[in-house]
Amino acid sequence: MSSKEERSERYLNFYKENIKRISESSSPFINSFRESAIAKFSQLGIPTRKNESYRYTNLDTFFNHDFKNYFMPSEEDFIKAEEFRCDVTDLDAHGVVLLNGFYPVIDDKLRELPGGIWIGSMNEASVKFADKVEKHYGKYVNGNSDGLVHLNTAMASDGVFIWVPEGVVLKKPIQIVNLVQSDEDIFNQHRNLIVVEKNADITLIICDHTLSPQKFLTNAVTEVFVGENAHFDIMRVQNEHNNAAKITHTFIHQERNSCASSNNITLHGGLVRNSTHHYLGGEGAECNSYGLYLADKFQHVDNFVNVDHAFPNCTSNQLFKGVLDDMATGAFNGRIYVHKDAQGTMAYQKNNNILLTDDAKMDTKPQLEIYADDVKCSHGATVGQLDDNALFYLRSRGIEKRQARLMLMFGFAHEVIQNIKVEALQERMDNLVMQRLKGELSRCASCMVKCG
Amino acid sequence: MLVIDNLKAEIEGKKILKGISLQVKEGEVHAIMGPNGSGKSTLAAVLAGREFVEVTEGTVTYMGKDLLEMPAEDRSRAGIFLGFQYPIEIPGVSMVNFMKTAVNEHRKYKGLEPLSASDFLKLMREKKELVEIDSKLANRSVNEGFSGGEKKKNEIFQMAMLEPRLAILDETDSGLDIDALRIVANGVNKLKRPDNSAIIITHYQRLLDYIVPDVVHVLYDGKIVKTAGKELALELEEKGYEWIRKEVDES
Repeated sequence: MSSKEERSERYLNFYKENIKRISESSSPFINSFRESAIAKFSQLGIPTRKNESYRYTNLDTFFNHDFKNYFMPSEEDFIKAEEFRCDVTDLDAHGVVLLNGFYPVIDDKLRELPGGIWIGSMNEASVKFADKVEKHYGKYVNGNSDGLVHLNTAMASDGVFIWVPEGVVLKKPIQIVNLVQSDEDIFNQHRNLIVVEKNADITLIICDHTLSPQKFLTNAVTEVFVGENAHFDIMRVQNEHNNAAKITHTFIHQERNSCASSNNITLHGGLVRNSTHHYLGGEGAECNSYGLYLADKFQHVDNFVNVDHAFPNCTSNQLFKGVLDDMATGAFNGRIYVHKDAQGTMAYQKNNNILLTDDAKMDTKPQLEIYADDVKCSHGATVGQLDDNALFYLRSRGIEKRQARLMLMFGFAHEVIQNIKVEALQERMDNLVMQRLKGELSRCASCMVKCG
Repeated sequence: MLVIDNLKAEIEGKKILKGISLQVKEGEVHAIMGPNGSGKSTLAAVLAGREFVEVTEGTVTYMGKDLLEMPAEDRSRAGIFLGFQYPIEIPGVSMVNFMKTAVNEHRKYKGLEPLSASDFLKLMREKKELVEIDSKLANRSVNEGFSGGEKKKNEIFQMAMLEPRLAILDETDSGLDIDALRIVANGVNKLKRPDNSAIIITHYQRLLDYIVPDVVHVLYDGKIVKTAGKELALELEEKGYEWIRKEVDES
């Protein structure tokens, strides 16, 4: 049996063993996707390096492992998890804590925020807000050829649902803290759906943490709908331990004149793979895709971005930067696809990397497919060391070499951080990045949450 | 203050400095002039501690210490300042953070407490006025997007902040229009004290209209071939470097 089949087999069995229990807590609508999704998964399998978009990322060490499936955590577990509080001093956010992919049983399963915004459990919402969920769920991942997305659709446990009504502007950000904590090695898959209606505006912060040292694998899918002229900012902060793998798939569908930004900040993690798909589905839409990754030891961080210019006069901008130390490896794959009718497209892409050792490695690959003729596109990628001239400049002013190196790395990273619009968060991120670069920040030391 | 004795240095095996001897006393301003490629900037690089220049012979003593043994950051803390010919842009590092770190490193070296945030900002304000630097520049990243003139003014501003004992200005005048040149020169003159010294490296005489040197040296092919008073600069301006070449080649 080839290893591909073996691996898929493992997850097909996993599905068979758990599907009954998973389905029991979900709505018929969500369950209606599962069977065809697992069939699709069995065709596609777990991606291997033969798959062009996973060419630089080896999933084997995590996917060839026997994980336990997620059981809904108990009330006690949620209470324990709740002790992890956000310590962004000036950040005032509407917070939700997800434990192992489940929405807490101790909160109301759905709660109303100012302006008639609803936030709550995906499972619960699929019953109570069936019309809203049915309009969007599974729609934006449609046509994706990544086996892992289908595996998520087949087995998704729960997740967060957010609905922002037309014209509502939420000043405070919403923060979702994803915690993983278990006595056993677990694999969890959650599924989020965020609907931002016409003219609405929200900022969402997602923080990924591991709280116990077991081996974890997360495969999460987030679908986002951004209505006409709406604004949506999503920021993901990842701080997990070296024995954790985090695979995220974010699909952002944008209507005309909308603006969406995503920012993936990877501070720590064993294996991280973020794929972000921006679909510019209406004239005048704009998207920004940012990322910053700091990796050392044997960590691996892969960012895959796909920007789909389907309509005329849209703008997209990608900026990803990374600092890799020790034997760390990284990958960036930025795809810009400009459809035949998408005249007046402006699409930019930049990926800059600093390798601090000879053993660190970075693969970067721009991929531009342009079928329109009135288009402005640019891309650039660099992989290099710290600039000797800049280093000397700082030292010549009395700044010690180590400190000068830190300042340069920080300055390099800050170019991504400065795009964070919430000021308190930007400051907090600057601090975290500084701590990380100094080697003071390890797994879950003090990211968005404090270890109780 | 500074004694250079028979200094020889090379870059990637190419001999650039071929035996330079020079003494700068407290309070003196020296000008080092010379045609392109004569080794002026290499001399500045050796004094500031750039590692790509290899010193093969000779000594440099600064206030009684072996300068060549000191890392670049210690030289700065001990009072040596290099004004760069091409100041470096450092995106993401703010001028404020840069200067605060530098000033406090200098204070630490002297055994002083770091400056409080308000004292530091006050110091910044004073020095900005002194060197007529646009206060907006100080809020930006180090040299990023600065014009040529702004970069040079920023060098003088940093010099004002760090109050060096020995300033080495490497072609600070190159690429400056007359107004910027005047501002840069004024800054240097205002910072002049009886106990500090300066080495002005320049290709042209015009900076020396504003900063009057005590001694002028001519560097040619890695050696100092002529040393005289400020009148030498005028002579060079008039006759060019050709007659120096001839004189050297003939001897």
